[in-house]
Amino acid sequence: MGLARRIIPCLDVDNGRVVKGVNFVGIRDAGDPVDIARRYNEEGADEITFLDITASHEDRDTTAHTVEAIACEVFIPLTVGGGIRSLADIRNMLNAGADKVAINTAAIHNPQLVQEASQRFGAQCIVVAIDAKRVADVDGRPRYEIFTHGGRRPTGIDAVAWAQRMAALGAGELLLTSMDRDGTRDGFELGVTRAITDAVDVPVIASGGVGRLEHLAEGILIGGADAVLAASIFHFGDYTIAQAKDHLASCGIEVRR
Amino acid sequence: MTGTVAVIDYGMGNLHSVASALEHAGAERVVVSCDPAEISAADRVVFPGVGAIRDCMAEIRRLHCDELLMRALSDERKPVLAICVGMQALLDRSEENGGVDCLGLIPGEVRFFGHPLNDAEGRRLKVPHMGWNEVRQVRQHPLWAGIADGARFYFVHSYYVKVKERALVAGAVDYGVSIDAALARDNLFAVQFHPEKSHTAGLRLLKNFLEWDGTC
Repeated sequence: MGLARRIIPCLDVDNGRVVKGVNFVGIRDAGDPVDIARRYNEEGADEITFLDITASHEDRDTTAHTVEAIACEVFIPLTVGGGIRSLADIRNMLNAGADKVAINTAAIHNPQLVQEASQRFGAQCIVVAIDAKRVADVDGRPRYEIFTHGGRRPTGIDAVAWAQRMAALGAGELLLTSMDRDGTRDGFELGVTRAITDAVDVPVIASGGVGRLEHLAEGILIGGADAVLAASIFHFGDYTIAQAKDHLASCGIEVRR
Repeated sequence: MTGTVAVIDYGMGNLHSVASALEHAGAERVVVSCDPAEISAADRVVFPGVGAIRDCMAEIRRLHCDELLMRALSDERKPVLAICVGMQALLDRSEENGGVDCLGLIPGEVRFFGHPLNDAEGRRLKVPHMGWNEVRQVRQHPLWAGIADGARFYFVHSYYVKVKERALVAGAVDYGVSIDAALARDNLFAVQFHPEKSHTAGLRLLKNFLEWDGTC
């Protein structure tokens, strides 16, 4: 027995509202992130990730208020990502009650931000989000690159090398999303998940593509992930967090109950 | 009567979570402060901490929070709960940031987990130790009331505590090495995990702290 693998439901939030539908019984308002976070907390989620997909800058205040409201009621770790560009953005989210902040595009434009943030706030609260996509194979082996803009813009950066660099700069955790699988419900891209979990000493959260409970177990058993993140299978009411944990436990994976 | 709980604020990170968890656990009044009068007036004291130890120690000393803490512990003999880096700061020294002298209130040191770190079966373990792990209650204590032995609490740390006086260890957790997860001495209880982020078990521990008279 020992450390449990974590199940992390993800809320995609636009201007203070959860974008994807949630079919929880007993929730008055299916778009209210505070309601939904509270429900996941009660169901036994190990953490909650809050992804702000708001485009405009003015709405950042809305996000901070929502994070604050969640932090008042939900006593499990809360990670906030989306649009984090500076030390000031990180400080604002931590002050609002986030336990960890996920940096994505800003780390690509300015890798030093990760180092500065880690030194200032501690590695424990700095998550680097990596959006990886499979590109042409090299010598018959798949190569994965970092993409931005929702998987549309290549950067030419090798995903595994990038993961190592981010960990070396002080990221306390990596959130790896496969842009090939995100939204497909076909399961995690296990190749890149395994390559990155093997390459770094920090914990890795696998994300992108979960459609069935088996996928969560694969991410851990084959991909080597320390935590698994999913949105739609929980949001659409396909499965509860408890069902997901039962399944992982039946595969011999340690979970928190 | 839980009375007033003072959360000592030395400016390192957000204490909103600790304060709201204490309120949720039933605290009548929570003040987040480094003002000596407010801390002295409180019935119990929480000594939190996040981030790197060198910066924490510098701020603790600059704001004289070490004196406030020692007064609460020794002169006023109030119940005190130290959390995470707040616990680490109580020891003699930490290996973090190239070696930092800490408060020396409890003999022992804070060590790095090391690379590579493996479990008993030789599987590689990630650092930081991040997530929900099982805490063995190696000693009875009022703060464990109503919490199952082996209950999971949320940890996030890269350095761990090892005290010299083993009788002080109230809780232990295994992560490649055996970590002192909870310490108890008189009116002091210290935890490496985050009760404010540990859901039911964590809130119960905070409730127990709010009802604790400081004896064990």
